[in-house]
Amino acid sequence: MKVFIYPTNSLILSDLVERFGHEPLAVMQEISKRVSNPGLDSPPMNITPEDPKIGLKYAAVEVPSGVRGRMALNGPLISKAEAAIIVRDPVVSFGCMGCARTNELVNFLIRAKKIPILDLDYPSSEEEAKEFVFKISQFLKSLGQGEKK
Amino acid sequence: MDNITKMMVINSSKVLPSDVVIKLYESNADVMIKETCFGVMVSGERAVVDKLLSETRKMDPYGIFIKERGFAPGEPNRCRATRRGGARPGFHVLETEERILPQIAEGLRAIDKGEIPRQKMKKKKLELEKLKEIIEKAEVS
Repeated sequence: MKVFIYPTNSLILSDLVERFGHEPLAVMQEISKRVSNPGLDSPPMNITPEDPKIGLKYAAVEVPSGVRGRMALNGPLISKAEAAIIVRDPVVSFGCMGCARTNELVNFLIRAKKIPILDLDYPSSEEEAKEFVFKISQFLKSLGQGEKK
Repeated sequence: MDNITKMMVINSSKVLPSDVVIKLYESNADVMIKETCFGVMVSGERAVVDKLLSETRKMDPYGIFIKERGFAPGEPNRCRATRRGGARPGFHVLETEERILPQIAEGLRAIDKGEIPRQKMKKKKLELEKLKEIIEKAEVS
């Protein structure tokens, strides 16, 4: 199954989803599609003026173009998602590396999709980490037989 | 042909990135390999890379973590050498998550041993009546 992960570039979630036999939907796949051409119009991530237009599918025109540009990356992943694992309020999504409005919109859209969702917090101790990994493994097992890439 | 790049983040007491690189070279697969400070990056055809990395992970299943990467190794638009330093995009997530990898490894070990972790006790929110009591006591003193 295709499992959307949030934070969308998380190493741990991407690794665990793949380890337990499912396909992680991570933002790296979308970036890879954009930067594999020989010439880039807008390096480094090749987000061109076309992308905020694609983002109009997810957010209104008054919404800042940064949100719409980011949604051009996240939107296709959300539409493909069959399940989701979400870490609540990750530290890395705060500040210039993240965009609070995009994060809210991503969380809203994924919840509005009515697919199986697992909400978690990042662990801060060994006991919490054991529970974190256990919950993810149980959730992914409950999704049924994974579709390996 | 679907080309991908994957990064292996190594957080192991038994395996070094150099050991992994040697193992990857031994496989003689048609991939591009780059050793980095955090592990190894491997670029090539999806089927080849996936098979190769799942084999290599067996060196230390609890110490090697893998994720896909958007950019190929040495991509000039991304490489810090050509961008005059600074953190590359994605570095901060890697830095944050790298700190908890040993704990995640313990979690994976526990699953393989069949341990079921105890459910964490949820902290109750402070009740309104209790808060009122505290305020009243504070006012008196």
